[in-house]
Amino acid sequence: MVKTIAEINEKIRKGQAVVVTAEEIIDLVDKKGVERAALEVDVVTTGTFGPMCSSGAYFNVGHSKPRIKIGGGKASINDVPVYTGLAAVDIFLGATAIPDDDPRNRIYPGGFNYGGGHVIEELVAGKDVMLVVSAYGTDCYPRKRLETWINIKDLNEAVLFNMRNAYQNYNVAVNLSGKTIYTYMGVLKPNLGNANYCSAGQLSPLLNDPHYKTIGIGTRLFLGGGIGYVAWHGTQHNPDALRSDNGVPRRPAGTLAVIGDLKQMSPRWLVGTSMVGYGCTITVGVGVPIPILSEEILRYTAIKDEEIFAPIVDYSEAYPQRSPDILGEISYGQLKSGRIIVQEKEVPTASLSSYPRALEIANTLKEWIMKGEFLLTEAVAPLPGVEAGRTFKPLNERPIEE
Amino acid sequence: MAISKRVVLHFPPRLVEQPIIYKLVKDYDLVLNIMKASVTPKEEGLMVLELSGSRQDYDRGIQYLQETGVRIQSLGQDIMRNETRCTHCGACVVVCPTGALAIDPKSRRVDFYEDKCTACELCVLPCPPRAMEVHF
Repeated sequence: MVKTIAEINEKIRKGQAVVVTAEEIIDLVDKKGVERAALEVDVVTTGTFGPMCSSGAYFNVGHSKPRIKIGGGKASINDVPVYTGLAAVDIFLGATAIPDDDPRNRIYPGGFNYGGGHVIEELVAGKDVMLVVSAYGTDCYPRKRLETWINIKDLNEAVLFNMRNAYQNYNVAVNLSGKTIYTYMGVLKPNLGNANYCSAGQLSPLLNDPHYKTIGIGTRLFLGGGIGYVAWHGTQHNPDALRSDNGVPRRPAGTLAVIGDLKQMSPRWLVGTSMVGYGCTITVGVGVPIPILSEEILRYTAIKDEEIFAPIVDYSEAYPQRSPDILGEISYGQLKSGRIIVQEKEVPTASLSSYPRALEIANTLKEWIMKGEFLLTEAVAPLPGVEAGRTFKPLNERPIEE
Repeated sequence: MAISKRVVLHFPPRLVEQPIIYKLVKDYDLVLNIMKASVTPKEEGLMVLELSGSRQDYDRGIQYLQETGVRIQSLGQDIMRNETRCTHCGACVVVCPTGALAIDPKSRRVDFYEDKCTACELCVLPCPPRAMEVHF
């Protein structure tokens, strides 16, 4: 059985495509077997909704009269600094940026109540936000100060561009020390007080296509409630990570860089997020459709939580010191039971990634495809796979001697 | 009939220096468990209490509080979940000490049982989208 994306798109156009979520496919394969299911199903939809720090947006705000060269100057939106090292009125806002006067961790643990992710959420919600610029002034761009309300609908471009989203698997974070620690994996109570994980597991896009056989550069996807595309492999993309016999990584592995028009997205799927004692970020909704081109591809999508394993890492010592030690491995099935055993202790678990909302993404994408509103794309180029021989490099410091 | 209720008391500044809680114990024979208290001279005071005693004593005690000018609120109103902001991720369930926030194993949504909430506020900052709001 071999199908092409063109054939599947033809069925989508006619409203005849059979689409199921990555959760539904599990039962279907159990009932009918891989062969039958692969004949019947055309597309499996995935979804994930978790905090993704390497996210941001760029804007072209239009030219003021007289003109101002924001490029090389200083600018902020709602007091959150933006990157200006671009042309005159192009700026980039990162999800983790915070106002200069935020107390950060000086009052520990800092609240990090408002940052770049929150600005993106407010822009997408259609709220006016405040742009403040100071520039050095040139002959062709004489203006030095600008303070104005701006609204997403008036910007020439507002583009979400996330350098690393949808991590294929992630660490389970615990704390072996005697005091509470505040991390990007949430609040970790002392002496193995809790174990936090962050993956949609069986619904997660790259866990359903572990060898990147269908997801590649140019893949159209659900992004922030609208439509986006895979722009590139994400930063820290590491196909070389340890894998199970079924091909599924047992460590953080592949990642996606994604892009899409912010103007058609929704604040329901781009939520400004605060990690107490750590910083600001944004929770992003991503869903990728997987065309069932072969039985092999279908078999990958039938993966269940019980078959996906993640490493348990101590965030009080091993993680900050970049030690490779792990405390064991655990399946998402066990993590979702609410309790796991670590070093002979029963530890309650919590998720930072929302499974119900990941499911809602997979179902929304399914609906779009079934209505014929969303066609699949052929990847323009593949993501680097195991064969690419990439290694995930640490920073090797070379002291600068004066 | 014995009864036990959790209430939030707001003391106007003029009452902050009066021994009101002492009278609840002494004159109305109520057992009380202070869950939270913030009382600063010349400012509004706030106290979260579990009050237990006979129905009659409880009602008389509450009447006394009202007559002195203390504003009384039932506890369920204190911590509210902003349903628009909650993403049902589940980060809160391990910080909630009373099980008021718990995952429904089937839907994997986070249920909020207001009757179990003691308004300790431990969930407020660890909630990534900051959906848990304190209302006084």
